Amino acid sequence: MRNVSKSVPKTDALPLALGKPVYTEDLADANALVVKILRSPHAFARIKQIDASKALKLEGVACVLTHNDVPDVRFTLAGQSYPEPSPYDRLVLDPIVRYVGDEVAIVAAVDEKTAVKAMKLIKVDYEVYQAVLDFEKAAGAASIIHPESDLHCNFDIGMKQMENVVSTHKTEVGDVEAVLAECAVVVEETYHTQAQAHAMMETYRAFSHLDHTGRLVVVSSTQIPFHVRRQLARALQIPASRIRVIKPRIGGGFGGKQTGVVEMFCAIVTLKTGKAAKIVYDRKETFGCTTSRHAMKLTVRLGADLEGYIRAVDIQGLSDTGAYGEHASTVFAVVGDKTLPLYNKTKAVRFYGQVVYTNKMPAGALRGYGATQGGFALESAVNKLAVVLKVDPAELRLKNLIREGETSVTGKTINSSALDRCIITGKELIGWQEKYPTRKECGAGKVRGVGMAVTMQGSGIAGIDTAAAEIRWNDDGNYTLLIGSTDMGTGSDTILAQMAAEVLDAELDSIIVHAADTDVSPYDPGSYASSTTYVTGMAVVKAAQELKQKIMEQAALHLAADAADLVWEREEIRTLRGDKRIELISLANLLVSGRGKMQLSGTATHGSPVSPPPFIAGFAEVEVDLATGKVAVVEYVSVVDCGTVINPNLARIQVEGGTVQGIGMALTEDVRYDRRGMMQTNSFMQYKIPSRKDVGEIKVAFEASHEPTGPFGAKSVGEVVINTPPPAIAHAVYNATGVWITELPILPEKVWQAVQKKQGNEE
Amino acid sequence: MQIEVIINDKAMALRVGKAEFLADALRRYGFCSVRKGCDTTCCGLCSVWIDGQPTLSCAVLAIRVDGKTVTTLEGVAAEAEAFAKVLAAEGAEQCGFCSPGFIMTVLAMKRELTAPSDEEIIHYLTGNLCRCTGYMGQLRAVKTYLGVAKDA
Ligand code: FES
Ligand code: FES
Repeated sequence: MRNVSKSVPKTDALPLALGKPVYTEDLADANALVVKILRSPHAFARIKQIDASKALKLEGVACVLTHNDVPDVRFTLAGQSYPEPSPYDRLVLDPIVRYVGDEVAIVAAVDEKTAVKAMKLIKVDYEVYQAVLDFEKAAGAASIIHPESDLHCNFDIGMKQMENVVSTHKTEVGDVEAVLAECAVVVEETYHTQAQAHAMMETYRAFSHLDHTGRLVVVSSTQIPFHVRRQLARALQIPASRIRVIKPRIGGGFGGKQTGVVEMFCAIVTLKTGKAAKIVYDRKETFGCTTSRHAMKLTVRLGADLEGYIRAVDIQGLSDTGAYGEHASTVFAVVGDKTLPLYNKTKAVRFYGQVVYTNKMPAGALRGYGATQGGFALESAVNKLAVVLKVDPAELRLKNLIREGETSVTGKTINSSALDRCIITGKELIGWQEKYPTRKECGAGKVRGVGMAVTMQGSGIAGIDTAAAEIRWNDDGNYTLLIGSTDMGTGSDTILAQMAAEVLDAELDSIIVHAADTDVSPYDPGSYASSTTYVTGMAVVKAAQELKQKIMEQAALHLAADAADLVWEREEIRTLRGDKRIELISLANLLVSGRGKMQLSGTATHGSPVSPPPFIAGFAEVEVDLATGKVAVVEYVSVVDCGTVINPNLARIQVEGGTVQGIGMALTEDVRYDRRGMMQTNSFMQYKIPSRKDVGEIKVAFEASHEPTGPFGAKSVGEVVINTPPPAIAHAVYNATGVWITELPILPEKVWQAVQKKQGNEE
Repeated sequence: MQIEVIINDKAMALRVGKAEFLADALRRYGFCSVRKGCDTTCCGLCSVWIDGQPTLSCAVLAIRVDGKTVTTLEGVAAEAEAFAKVLAAEGAEQCGFCSPGFIMTVLAMKRELTAPSDEEIIHYLTGNLCRCTGYMGQLRAVKTYLGVAKDA
């Protein structure tokens, strides 16, 4: 292949690296009004009265909006295809505030200083309610977080609104209790996974203005331009045809920008004032007033027979969605979807539980999307089972894993999997044979151990999300590829161009990629759910194939030859015998001119009935300081099966980046609140993402499989890579110290205490 | 108030606020390579050089650079591009938001250290956070660029 499976640099790499003005804030009108949000100091309260008159009188203030000034229609900010499975439980501004930081008023002024001054002049009277902060006590609590009568669900997601339950879920195949009763060995454990912050480097931001026809133009750092357009139409009660959403370069997203966060605030200011407006969240707001990963409590029961076959998997979950239900039911369902099929000697499996509202910042989508939480619980339990069965956990997995061609008890057929080879390669790379399970003393009170985990994800949302692509053949023989997916920096624009170039046997630089602008781009739900390579990629391949065929037909006409007789090679099309030939560039010229009268383009929409899982095997070697409990990752090995690797270098960086984000989740990252519901971790001082010194050495390898439903055999890679570090590191800590940490993150005090307790018991 | 600064080899008079930070002032004057990722001097995105020293411009009041030289990525474009090409070839240029600050620090390190070890490189760059790449690719690129990679 000429373009696919090649490590070409990202087409936009140099302008990005060299600090060119390509991001949202760089493009904003310098004279735009500055939008600021007045936020609730209370975790749960009702605004009795709000007086903005003083603020409005301040010179330079363009507008102050309160809940009295916004449309009275509920919506969701979840970036999901319509009809969204997330409840419509939000207003632009609500008289009830549901977490510390919830929006109370929108202020717009000529500059930031004035806006901040104006905020201080707004008088708000609150009736403070009893907040619900502990998600284990939320269901049925006396305080009802969403008492409103106009809350709306598009589907039955098992909501019990008056009990603070957003969603109830159950998947069950077979009789779990009966199978567990027959099992020779049953392990049971409860795991806690914390709220994690996305911590992308570019905070949330957008700006808006009215164009020459009076349409609202919103430029936003978003993963979901088309969903944002729909959200704005509903939230602001204007027709979607009057809205244009443009996505420039994005400074990272990780699922955070799959939720519409800031767009509506500047858009409503522009609508009310007719002026350009911009909003840039600072780091504190980004940490405290957007979304995080759903914290969960997951109780796992695994049953196995004496031969080591896992016969039953039972997971009961509770998920904390915070103040609003974005992605509440869907993230929760993924916990089961990505765990129950993984081991396939089972006779019965079950996943069930609830998602609850609390008075904390809402949870939302974050890389891994439930598979991360489920993976920590399931894989930790499998590692524990291996200990009970006294078998090598790698062997236990190889014995039980779902294999290529198999169908799981939940009905998922696996067309491609190299997970078994991923495990074998990973063992070699980490030196499993020498290092497992022996704990190694390193002197100075330090011990080392290794651990492992495997997980799966999906590629796109089966049967729901569809992506379109259009590719035009230009007068100069170049191509313009129009897509609506959003490159967050991962290089998806480049990868899609590689695919188009492959089909058209073209040079990569002859493909001009345009994404994304809702006025111009064909529909795409956006970049999330690991869909861009797999779903949008397939749309690109189909569109390019269609265009190729049209070009061949036109070449046949112009050469007076049979299309079946023609071959396309690089820059020309010729007959098999080579007696007639036409250069592509001349054909392109002819077509758009008076003779041809034909602008050729290929268009295709693709949606997949399946969501083939990529797989990963992760291996950790850690060093634990017994005096402090501090865990350091010495080495981490990630071996991935993402089908055909379209761009090895870019895929490798994805794996390294995701692994590090997973290490952060395993060891240090934790969104914490105080007793009153104030977030304590709203800066990089308190919220610790890994730095260069915190990650040890990361080794990456790929074991290719061929996914028949994917473009060139590809599956996804973006999300699966974050999932293994939490369970693999917890396992390594166990092998080093003999204690299981079941609650993330694995902080030094937890390890230290557990080790002390264990030593106490042993004495 | 007005300050006199040499920015990227060019003498400039800037009007800055009393409490305005250098990062904001530079952005306002069009040096958009200067980014901010935090408000707490934790991320390194705003790194520029003041009198040749890598410095966090989000933590320096603009008035403090009166009479000094400031260098942003725009001022070392050719050198930056040479490294950026290595970074891109490695695939380690992701969202790019952290890159200007990162590159400014790398170029400063090149001036300061000769044939640094991995540990020295990591230590020098620790203040520059990156959420996308996982750091390994950046390290490979730095080593290649400095000519200290094993196979270089
Ligand atoms: S903006 Fe983060 S260190 Fe300056
Ligand atoms: S490349 Fe995105 S933060 Fe470094």
